[in-house]
This record gives sequence, C-alpha cells and structure tokens, in this order.
Amino acid sequence: MLRIAGRGLKKNDMPRLSVWFIRSALIYLALGFTLGGLLLANKGWPLASWMWSLLPSHIEFVMIGWTLQLVMGVAFWILPRFSREPRRGNMPLAWASYGLLNVGIALSIGITLFPGVTGLALLARLAQVGAVLAFAIHAWPRVKPAGA
Amino acid sequence: MPPLTRWFIKSSLLCLVLALTLRVLQTGEYPDQIAPMISALSPVYFHLFMVGWVTQAIFGVVFWMFPKYSLSAPRGSERLGWISFWLLNVGLSLRIVAEPMNALQSGWLWSALLVSSGLAQWLAGLAFVANSWSRVKEK
Repeated sequence: MLRIAGRGLKKNDMPRLSVWFIRSALIYLALGFTLGGLLLANKGWPLASWMWSLLPSHIEFVMIGWTLQLVMGVAFWILPRFSREPRRGNMPLAWASYGLLNVGIALSIGITLFPGVTGLALLARLAQVGAVLAFAIHAWPRVKPAGA
Repeated sequence: MPPLTRWFIKSSLLCLVLALTLRVLQTGEYPDQIAPMISALSPVYFHLFMVGWVTQAIFGVVFWMFPKYSLSAPRGSERLGWISFWLLNVGLSLRIVAEPMNALQSGWLWSALLVSSGLAQWLAGLAFVANSWSRVKEK
C-alpha cells in the first residue's frame, strides 16, 4: 500500500478487532466492486452468460462483507467504553462475531461455486445470524450514557 | 471537515434525494414504449442508494475521521482521494443515463458507457481501498 514519509502518529489508533473488521470490509469492498464492474460491463458488452451467477456474491460482498462489517468494526472502536477492564466489554463474544460473519460470507461464496451442495445456504445464513446476535449482545451494554 | 469529505457527503445527499425521487417515478403507469426504461430504473435506484448514498457517505467520513496516516500526510494521498471521488461520481452518472437508455434502445454508445461506468466505479473502489488501508491500524 501507500508509503508516505514521516509516519509515527499513534493518536486515535484503533483496537485490533476493529482493524480486522475494517480491513476485511475493505477487501470485500474491492471484491464487491470488482464483481459489480464486471456485471455492469457484461450488461453493455455481454462477455459470458454465466456472469449473472456472480450477482448473489456481488450483493453479499457489498451488503454484508463491506457495509455491515465496516459498521461493526467502527462500532466496536467508538462505542462508549467501560471504566474498568475489559473496557470494550465481552471480547470473546466480539471476536466470535467477527469469525462467524466471515465464515458466513465464505460459505455464501460456496453457494455460487457449488450450487448442488444442500444446506450450504442455511449454514451461511445461520452463521451470519449468530454473528450479529453475538455482536448485539456484546454492544448492548456499551450503548450507555457517558460515565455509566 | 476537509473539502474532500464535504464533496463526498454533499454528493451522497444528492444521490439519496435522487434515489428516492426515482422511487416516486417508478410508482406511475407508463406506455409500453417507455415501460422498459422505467423498469431499468430499479438497478439505478438501488445503486444510487447503496453506492451513491451509503458507500459515498462512508468514504467521506472515513477520509475525515480515520486515524491519521502521518504528520506530513494525515489523510494519506489527497490526490488518490479526489480520484476516487470523481471516478465514483462520473461512473455512477454514466450508469444513470446509460442503463435506462440501453433498455430502451441498445446501441454501441450505451454499451460503451455501461462498460466505462463499470470500469470507473471499480477503479474508484480500488483507489479508496488503497488510500484507506494504511490508516486502519492498531494502537
């Protein structure tokens, strides 16, 4: 990535889990835009009929991989912290939510690649529900007035 | 708020208004000649909302509020940020025109504009990722 002289700032840096959430979101943004660009180009100049099978993955990458994951990463970073450790709440639950979300997205790619495999779609959706449930349980007590 | 963020966010607000205005247009009854064009507005509406509004607002806020890259270049490469802004908005504008027109009467011009739109938006996304990656960093 970009290299600019004079690094060394540490203020406002983010926690490790947010870095994982947000960098994963950036990867899915790049993947989602790549598939989107291909699909749009295919509308103008048809390249291959199978190209439309990429549409569910495009939607998954942009909606879940990029938008939802970025929001979760930023929320973990900026929601109010507790005065005592662990200051960002239940860490194993928050990490579980990251893992489940990305397993869910990976499984959803499998739906496109292996359409004959039964149960994959259900497994992907269950993993994603588990992810947002874990995240909601983690974030709930952090939505509080300052100093509480 | 830096100028690029103001452009991103104001542009995202315009996209939001335009997206919901298209939803109004889609509720009408239209003659058969232009019905395909109105139907082609569905993906335009959706992308104005998700790319023009949601993603563009995120781009603007990320450029503004993410951890600083360095003392000399706190927001990374400003030039790359502006490239991302213009590619995204030119690409989206091309789509708004070309997608309904292509549905009405396909031709080489609309095809070329759709391909250009896809390419521009793709490059905008990559430029944003390249500029933001190093600002996502741990304590």
